[in-house]
Amino acid sequence: MTELVSSSQAPSAEQADAAWQRVQRARHPERPRTLDLVPRIFDDFVELHGDRLFREDPAIVGGPALLEGRPVMVIGHQKGNDTDSNIFRNFGSAHPEGFRKAQRLMRLADKLGLPVITFLDTAGAFPGPAAEERGQAEAIASSIKLMTGLQVPVVAVVLGEGGSGGALAIGVGDEVLALENSVYSVISPEGCASILWRSPEAAPIAAAAMRMTAEDQHELGIVDSIIDEPGEGAHTDPGATATAIKAALLASLARISRLDTETLLATRYARLRGIGVYRESDVGPRAALDEPSLRRRIGRLLHLPGVPRRPRWSEIWPSGDDNNDSERGA
Amino acid sequence: MPIKFPFSRRRPGPTDAWTKCPDCEQQVFNRQLERNHRVCPHCGHNFRMSIGERIDLLLDEGSFVERDAGLESVDPLGFFDQKPYPDRLEAARVKTGLREAAVWGTGSVSGRRVAIGLFDFRFMGGSMGSVVGEKIARCFEAALVERIPAVIVSASGGARMQEGTLSLLQLAKTTAPLVRLDAAGVPFISILTDPTTGGVLASFASLGDVILAEPKALIGFAGARVASGTVGEELPEGFQTAEFLLEHGLVDLVVPRAELRVTLGRLLALLPPAAVEEGWDDDERRWGPIGVLSGIAEKLGGAVSETVGLDVEGEPTAGNGRSPERAAEQTLERER
Repeated sequence: MTELVSSSQAPSAEQADAAWQRVQRARHPERPRTLDLVPRIFDDFVELHGDRLFREDPAIVGGPALLEGRPVMVIGHQKGNDTDSNIFRNFGSAHPEGFRKAQRLMRLADKLGLPVITFLDTAGAFPGPAAEERGQAEAIASSIKLMTGLQVPVVAVVLGEGGSGGALAIGVGDEVLALENSVYSVISPEGCASILWRSPEAAPIAAAAMRMTAEDQHELGIVDSIIDEPGEGAHTDPGATATAIKAALLASLARISRLDTETLLATRYARLRGIGVYRESDVGPRAALDEPSLRRRIGRLLHLPGVPRRPRWSEIWPSGDDNNDSERGA
Repeated sequence: MPIKFPFSRRRPGPTDAWTKCPDCEQQVFNRQLERNHRVCPHCGHNFRMSIGERIDLLLDEGSFVERDAGLESVDPLGFFDQKPYPDRLEAARVKTGLREAAVWGTGSVSGRRVAIGLFDFRFMGGSMGSVVGEKIARCFEAALVERIPAVIVSASGGARMQEGTLSLLQLAKTTAPLVRLDAAGVPFISILTDPTTGGVLASFASLGDVILAEPKALIGFAGARVASGTVGEELPEGFQTAEFLLEHGLVDLVVPRAELRVTLGRLLALLPPAAVEEGWDDDERRWGPIGVLSGIAEKLGGAVSETVGLDVEGEPTAGNGRSPERAAEQTLERER
C-alpha cells in the first residue's frame, strides 16, 4: 500500500471547498434516512425496540426485514427530518443503549443465521454525561467486537455521515458500501479543526485534510464500492437512491454468501487486520538490557566498585518533565 | 534518525532536580519521585509514567524483550495542519526517544510470562494510528499463539486524527483478535492509566476480562469539555475519573501504583489461560471452555448439542453453532 504515501501539503482552497460541499450534502436536512429507505428497499420490516437493559434509544433503529424474499436483520442510525423528530432521535447520536439494542439484534441474527445489513448515518456517539455513566466506550467497543465475530454475512452502507466510533460500532462489515455523497471520518471536521487548527472555522480544511469523502475512503480501502446517487444527490430522488442501494446490497450479499462460515470469518479477520499503512524495518526481538559477562555478574552480585549496575528500562525510555496535552487523539 | 541509542543515559541538568506537583503545588525532589513510582509523597498525585518506568514497575527485572521495534509510521493521507504529520512524528520521536506511541513485547510478572503492550502519552497524546494498532494486534496474536495472558497499559487520547479513518479502523483491528482470545480461553487484563479516552477506550481497553485503573486517572469516551459543551450542563463531581468508573461498574478495581505489580501478579495467578488438554482429567484446572462443553455434553448425553451447536463427537454444526474448541484450533492453524 506504499502508493498511498504522499508528501504532506496543506489542502488548497478548492480542495477544502470540494470536501466541504460533500460534507454539506451528507448532512443535507432532506437526505433520506434509514427509515425513509428501508420500506423502499425491503419487502417487509418489523421494527424491534429496546436493549432489555435500560431503555429504548430511538437514535438507532432495527429489526428483521425481507430482501427479495430473504430474511435479513437491518440496523441503522436514525436522524430526524425536522426539529421535533431530530430531538426525539437525538440527531442520530446514540446512547450506549442504542448500541446495546444493536448488539441484541445482531445476536438474534447470528442465532438464526440472518445476514446483517447496517446503515451508517450519525455525527457520532452521544458524548453527554449520561452516556459516559452508562459506559459509552464499552458499548461501542463490545459492539465492534461482536461484529468482528458474527458468523453471518455483514454488509455496512454509509448513507450520510459516518462519524467516528459511533458509526464504526455498527459499521464493521465483510463489505462496506458508501453512497456517493456520504462521508466517513475519525472525528467530525469541526472537532478536528478545533483541536489541530484551534478554530472550528477551519472545518472545511480539516475535512479536506482527513480525506473523508466516499471517493477518498474507497481509495484508502475503507470502502469497497460506491453507490451512485441520482441527480444532485440522494435527497432529490429517495426512490432511485433506494433502488441503487438495493442492487448494491444484493450484489454484495451474493458475493459474501458464497463463503462458508469459516472462510467468511477468516476473510473478515484478514480484512480488518490488513487495514493500516506503515513501514517495517527488520529489527529482531530487542532485549535492551545487556547480557552481562561473568565478571560483571559476579561484580554486581558482590557490589564491587567499578562494575556498572544493570541498566533499567526507565533509563532507556525515561519520563520527560512535560506532558503536552495539545496533541491529542479522537 | 534521532532515535536515542538504548544505552545513552539522559544526564539530568540542575533544572530537572525538582518537579512541582500540579495537585498540591508542593515541590517534589525528582529522585524521591522516582523512588516513589512517580507518586507525589505529599498528596498522592500520580504523575504520568514513561513506558520504561512502567516496564520497571510491572515486569520482573530483565525479563522484557521488545518485539516489532522496526514498525514506523508513514503519512498515508499527506496530512498537513499547522505542520506536516511527518514533522509531528519526528518531534515526538525526539521528545520521547520512542519510535511510536506504543511498545509491545514479552516479559514476566512474578515469573508468569505475558504479552504486554504499553503506551506513552507524550508521543502525540498516545494516539493510535496504523503502527500502534498493528503493535496491539500483534501483541494479542502473540498471546494467542503462546497461550499467555495479554496485558495492555493504556494512556491515550484516542485515534490519531492525522491518519484519518485508517486510525478509526484500528479500533476494529485491535478488537478482532479478542474474539479469538475468548475462543481460545486466553485472558486479557486491561490497565487504564491517566488519561485513557476516545478510540482506545472505545475498543480493546474497555474489553479486558479484568479492567484495572490507576487512582484519579482521567478515563472517558469524550473529552470532559466536549461532554459539558454538548449538553450545557454541570458535570457530576469526579466525572470521568477512575473512581467514577468504579462506582458505575465500568472497571473492576482502582489500584494504587505501589500495589499494581502485586495485584497484577495475583490476578495472573488466579486467572491462568484455560487448559487445552481434555478438561476433566486435568488436575490443575478443568474449567476451560472446552472442558465445560464436553463435560456438559457427556453428562446430558447429547441433549445439549442443539443449544450449543456442538454435538457429542465434538463436530461443529454448520451455520451458527459456536464451538470454542474448533475456533481455537482454526485460529492456531491460521497462525501457522
